[in-house]
Order: sequence, then structure tokens, then C-alpha cells
Amino acid sequence: MSGDNLTLSSNQIRRIILNQSKRANVGHIGSALSIADIIATLYGEVLQIPHPGDPERERFILSKGHASLAVYAAFYLKGWLTKEELNTYCSDGSLLGVHPEHCLAGIDFSTGSLGQGLSMATGAALAARFQGSPRRTFALLSDAECNEGSSWEAIMFAAHHRLSKLIAIIDLNGQQALGYTEEILSLSPMAERWRAFGWRVYEVDGHNVAEMKATIAHLDTTSGPPHVLIAHTVFGKGVSYMERQIKWHYWPMSDAEYQQALDEVGA
Amino acid sequence: MRNTFARTLAELAEHDPRILLLTGDLGYMALEPFSEKWPGRFLNVGVAEQNMVGLATGLAEAGFLPFLYSIVTFAALRPYEFIRNGPVLHQLPVRIIGMGGGFEYGSAGPTHHGLEDVGVMRLQPGLTVVAPADYPQARTALLATWDLPGPVYYRLGKDDKTVIPSLEGRFELGRTQTIREGKDLLLIAMGNISQQVVLAAEELASQGVNCTVLVVASLNPSPLEDLKATLSQFRLALTIEAHYVVGGVGSLVSEVVAEQGLNCRIIRCGVKTTPDGVSGSEKFYYQKHGLNHEALVETALLALSEVRS
Repeated sequence: MSGDNLTLSSNQIRRIILNQSKRANVGHIGSALSIADIIATLYGEVLQIPHPGDPERERFILSKGHASLAVYAAFYLKGWLTKEELNTYCSDGSLLGVHPEHCLAGIDFSTGSLGQGLSMATGAALAARFQGSPRRTFALLSDAECNEGSSWEAIMFAAHHRLSKLIAIIDLNGQQALGYTEEILSLSPMAERWRAFGWRVYEVDGHNVAEMKATIAHLDTTSGPPHVLIAHTVFGKGVSYMERQIKWHYWPMSDAEYQQALDEVGA
Repeated sequence: MRNTFARTLAELAEHDPRILLLTGDLGYMALEPFSEKWPGRFLNVGVAEQNMVGLATGLAEAGFLPFLYSIVTFAALRPYEFIRNGPVLHQLPVRIIGMGGGFEYGSAGPTHHGLEDVGVMRLQPGLTVVAPADYPQARTALLATWDLPGPVYYRLGKDDKTVIPSLEGRFELGRTQTIREGKDLLLIAMGNISQQVVLAAEELASQGVNCTVLVVASLNPSPLEDLKATLSQFRLALTIEAHYVVGGVGSLVSEVVAEQGLNCRIIRCGVKTTPDGVSGSEKFYYQKHGLNHEALVETALLALSEVRS
């Protein structure tokens, strides 16, 4: 394990997503590719985690748990998982399922049921306040997850209690399982909605690591309301035939598709 | 039980800084013994029970012991999936207080009647489920379970006056409490309806039918050995609960009889019909569902005559 904030390569994360999805013959590829740069930013540049069991570590909750493969990729690149462990993804008896489980060192909270992660993150941030700790708590949500009313319970609570060390990131890729968010249940204007609920809102390019790193570095986490980064992303980012395509929420790759994806990502 | 709960928790909080009390905007004239003594450790999270459980999950992961308070239906049912995926899945020490089990909120209507909470909570492995019969037992139960490593559900009542005779505040996880002994019939009660059961047993005794009365306050872990030992001495037992007959103590006892191969017929006295919109007091609902002591006596005598014939 390393205490260093290693800079992680988004493309390495993407390659691992493709390799493991192909090996296990499972989907959720587009959702994981969508957050590859956000995960590279958090685990490479932002999160202060001396080791996964440190009680003072900064907390991260992947509320959109179905994209967990991107997190496993980061764990592997940080040396928290061996290659052999990574290769058990979606295998019988593995701790690396489609959704993250807290039994795996490094996963703070199990998720998979949308609309629950931000509440747990808010509790984690409240705990840090009670304990007088400077640690921050991060939660990564999907945009469609904001369909869940429970998300807004947490949004209201965190703003009311001015949890300045709570930082939410929305993976605003405009898609959900069966279609485009604007056609299913409109979330626009996302930034105004969060602002109206009392959060400090920042719109960022969710594929620009430097921009996200700088934005987070400049957040005032000493006082005031919580923060949300509305990260504009492209579903399936990096693989041309997956980008903005609904079927890649669930679809696994054929051999030819896999090869093309690797070529485009730059294996 | 609720004032007893708040007072006891305030005492425990003196010795354990991990204890917090969160409410979903309920507990007026009930939680003050805690909230006035520990204002910094008391939080009204608003009418948002799902978030309350999510918050508690985050707090417990960081080392706190959060107690969550609401009326049974809002504490147990609204955030059920949050309880399942939070405290249960993570095995964290979150405590959920469901207030007003059964028909305690009588005229408030069916949205406030807690009739399936024990059933749904008993489904969750690793979740301790406690339903005391009176306030002294509620205090003992809280003192026995507040610092368990995993999550706990408490089904409490509003009554801080009634005492079940001979119970004397006894409670032990995984055990039953015998409050009366007789050889003719076994009565098994859960929760504050035990008061009706005691009255029924007295009336039956006056008619020459001597009952053993058990209180089951530890629903999970199940009091298997105690139930097995007592049930094996009887050919007939009535279970009595202000709960649907599915999932509660009637189901628990039936599971023991079936799995242990015991020769004892079980009559489940509880709620068997869906709400019909007719309003009334707790007493009214007990009568409506055959759960008042007079109806329990009738049910007992009829069942005995069937078993004897």
C-alpha cells in the first residue's frame, strides 16, 4: 500500500475497465468509462487516504455503484489490489462484484441501490464534524440518481447543516438505463436545482482532470454550505461506438468490439 | 416506555460519548429527558426517515452509536431498504426505535398502526429485534442491548405506567419470561398487549382453566430453547400480538413447533384483515380484532373444547 497520492492515468483506468469487462463478459461499461477521469482525479490527486483502514482517511462513496469497476481499476493502480485479485472481478467467490462491497478494503460503503449514497456520505461528513476532524467526504452520484427523492432529503439536510466538508460530484452524462434523462424524467436545470437547495455549485468538464483537481483544491471547506461539482461527461467516453449510446449501459463487448475499443483507448 | 427510554438513554449517554439521538420530527413530550440534557447530541433531522437511516449509517461507520426515533411505521417501513442496505448490510450499531407498536395510535388511523414491523424486521439476519411488554422490561432490554455490535430494532409503546404482574422488568436476549404457570393452556404474548393476556389468564383461572403465560420480548435472536421446552408440555397454545398474524410472534412460535416436531396446536391471535377505514381507540381495535381479554377467553375456551373432543 502506498500513502502517496499517485497520479493515476485515466486511460489506464479505461483499459482495465475494458479488459475486465471483456474477461468477465459483463456490461455497465459505458457508465464506468463515463467516470474514469473523475476517479483518476479523486484517487490520483484528491483523496487523502494513508491506507484504507485509517479512521481519519477521507471518505468516498460511489453512490452510482454500478460503475464500480472504475474504482477497482484505481485500487489496482494504487497497489491496493493485486493483479490476481483484480482478475476475480465478477467471478464466483470474489469481493469484486458489479457493485462495491464494504468488505473490500478501500470501499467505505456498499452501494448499488441508487439514492442511498449521499445520505451515507452526509452522515460521514456529520461524523467528521462531531469529531472535529478536517477530513472531507466525497460522493459520486449519477445524474439519473437524482430521480430518487431520497437524494433530495440528503441534499436538503447537508445544506441546512452547512456541511462544508461534504463534496458531491454529479456524473452528468445525460443517460440512464433505458434512455436519455431528458426524455425519461427531466433533471434540467441541474445546477440551478442544487443551487436552489443551498449548495455551492461548480460546473466542470468531467473529463478534464486538471480542471477538476484545481476546482476541488480551491473549495473552501472550512465553513459554509456543501459543494457540488456538476461534471459534464460523455457516457462511454473514449470508445467511439459506445459514446452516448444507450445499449452500452448493459451490453457486453464482442471480440471485434473489444479490439476496436482497445485501439481507440490506446492499449 | 418512551419516557423510560429517553431517561435511560440520557443516563447511558453520560458514560458513552458515542451515543446520539436522531428523530424524524417526532417525540414531543417524550424525548426531552435526552434532548435537554444532551442538546449537542440530539438532532431533529426533519420528516425524512430514509435520510435519517442513511445519516446513521455514515455516523456509525465513524464510530458513533446513533439511536433513531419515529413512529413504528415511519421508523421501520418507510426507510426499510435503507435499513437493509445500511446498518444490516454493514453490520453497524444503529438503533431504530419504533414507537407505538400495534394500535397505540388508534384514532390516528391505519397509516399509524404498526402491524407488520416485527415481521419485516425479523426477516433481516443480524438485526436484533426487541419488543418489550412494559416499561420496566423496556429499560432492562435497553440496558442489555444498547452496546451490541450490530443493529437493533426496538418496538416500544407510549405507556409509562402499566406494569405486567410478575414480569418484574426481566429481560434476556434469546429467552422468554414466564409470568404465570398453569397446566391447561399456554398463552404466549408479545408487546404491551400482554396486559390483555394477563386479564384473560385470570378469567380463565376463575373458570378452572389454568394457564402458563410467556412473554416473548426477544424476537431475534429467537428464544428457541425456552419455547421448545415450554411448548413441549402443552397440546394447545395461543399466541397473542397486536400485529398481523404473519411474521410476528405467532409465526415465530409456529416455526418452532414445526421445525422441532412438537405436538402442540397453535392458535394465532392477531390481526387478519386489511384496514377498513373505521376509526377508534386501541381498545376499540382490540375488540374489533378479537384481541381484548374477553375475546381471548372465548377463543381459548373454544380451542380447548376442540382439542379435548
